[in-house]
Amino acid sequence: MQVESFLEQSAHSLPHKTALVCGARRLAYRELDESANRLAHSLIAAGVQRGDRVAVYLENSIEAVASIFAILKAGGVFLVINPTTKADKLCYILNNCRAKGLITDGRRLGASGRGILGDVLCLSAVWLAGGIGEDVPATGHRLVDLDAVLRDTGLPPQALPKRAIDIDLAALIYTSGSTGRPKGVMLTHLNIVSAATSITTYLENRTEDIILSVLPLSFDYGLYQVLMAFKIGGTVVLERSFTYPSKALDILVREKVTGFPIVPTMAAVLLQMDLSAFQSPSLRYITNTAAALPTEHIRRLRDLFPSAKLYSMYGLTECKRVSYLPPEQLDVRPASIGRGMPNEEVYIVDDEGNRVEPEIVGELVVRGANVMKGYWELPEETDKVLKPGPLPGEKVLHTGDLFKSDEEGYFYFVGRKDDIIKTRGEKVSPREVEDVLHSIPEVAEAAVIGVPDPLLGQAIRAVISLREGTQLGEKDVLSYCAARLEDFMVPKSVAFVSSLPKTGSGKVSKREMAVSAGETI
Amino acid sequence: MPLNEELRQFVTDNFLFGRNSAGLADHDSFLDKGIIDSTGVLELVAFLEQRYGIHMQDHDLLPENLDSIDNLARFVGSKLPRN
Repeated sequence: MQVESFLEQSAHSLPHKTALVCGARRLAYRELDESANRLAHSLIAAGVQRGDRVAVYLENSIEAVASIFAILKAGGVFLVINPTTKADKLCYILNNCRAKGLITDGRRLGASGRGILGDVLCLSAVWLAGGIGEDVPATGHRLVDLDAVLRDTGLPPQALPKRAIDIDLAALIYTSGSTGRPKGVMLTHLNIVSAATSITTYLENRTEDIILSVLPLSFDYGLYQVLMAFKIGGTVVLERSFTYPSKALDILVREKVTGFPIVPTMAAVLLQMDLSAFQSPSLRYITNTAAALPTEHIRRLRDLFPSAKLYSMYGLTECKRVSYLPPEQLDVRPASIGRGMPNEEVYIVDDEGNRVEPEIVGELVVRGANVMKGYWELPEETDKVLKPGPLPGEKVLHTGDLFKSDEEGYFYFVGRKDDIIKTRGEKVSPREVEDVLHSIPEVAEAAVIGVPDPLLGQAIRAVISLREGTQLGEKDVLSYCAARLEDFMVPKSVAFVSSLPKTGSGKVSKREMAVSAGETI
Repeated sequence: MPLNEELRQFVTDNFLFGRNSAGLADHDSFLDKGIIDSTGVLELVAFLEQRYGIHMQDHDLLPENLDSIDNLARFVGSKLPRN
């Protein structure tokens, strides 16, 4: 089965059912499927071939969703780029995967692309939502009016013959790498279909489900809300963000939402509000991932949403999801992230790769059809995480996360093997932020650590020593970072020190920095 | 300082980190411009409560009230005691 079949099958069996709600716009399955078919024809007309990569660089919108499915229908590989990504990184990603097409809007192209997309020679065309206005900078690329394509009755609304098979790539999801450069996680149709099947099974999703997603489609957790809803013939209410929580809650009530995926930061924001008069009797479940919820937040969320089951989950882009805690286990072992999903094996190994007994800390390993094919054109990085499994030719995923299990096989997160920071539910490579800090002329040395934060989980803190005789303020640093990094990667605070603490071997000691950050907070 | 200017100053200092806000028009949506997120909204609310002595209800946390300099000024103006 291919991923685009999720939409096609629901369009066939439930043509008039609402598939997608974005603001005031509502699209039925058939309408959405026909729009995606037209765009698929347009992509192919522009030269997109089976296996070609096409990037979607848009906020959560009907256009973004139609684009994802159109790319798959054309036999291509989609990648969704976070809409707050800045020009340098956008171009890096487009060049890295040699994207054949880019689907964006004029405003984003104006802000990010002026003069820059000229360096991206792989693109054969750029599709623009919102029309091609006079403010769109000339980039030398062929521009296509996306809105016209999606509604153009001149293009055939019928599906194309299938080009991809299920072991072909369907998506690249770029994720933070320890080298500071983002890595493209390669996912096949089979990977995605397997993960979506496992997750919708344990969430007991059904056609009546209405899912409110405020998570960006560039985040796999957000992307899967749409994929899974279409798989079961449900409805997705897609919001651009959780910036105005009252608005999201109004929608939750008005649309009679049954499923609400959150990250811990959203729970922390919700629980700061006075919601004593709030009622959401339709809500059937809440899911949480990215980091564990504090026990107190679990208790208060259940008070606030008494009809909803609460699922604690854990995952990483490389296999989508690892585990979930059955809701009835939440009171028994609130600190656990649960067990493996249906049709997936999860276990813990020691440094030699041997499975360990309960209560022994080791690295978590994932085995299943949901495990990625590797990192795009990074064979060495891939070999570090994909290692031989029990069957000939098989690869299993070594997550880099340290876990232990209890006697009944439930897992508990202990820590990470590397120093990746998790803030606001997103992974941030300290190296990527440090590279930007080091490019500030006044900076002699810089390092980045995560410090505990009640709202963000971890907040990014930059520790900087300046070159002699130079001056620089916190705002200068933050402003410089904000112009070059995605919003969630910009440090929350800066500490200036005369020199960075070092270990005996001369390496920067992040442990010592974290300790002194704890003392100053 | 006129209300609009003061609000602009806060947004510039706290969300644009003091970058020149010449490109930010009074009617520009913070959401569209990618200036603010949900934790930013909480900072904004804390500022409004402290600076203008107004009490914000949770149902006030809507884009109509908070999502541009114009909307903020109108909202704050409506909450301030009339002279």
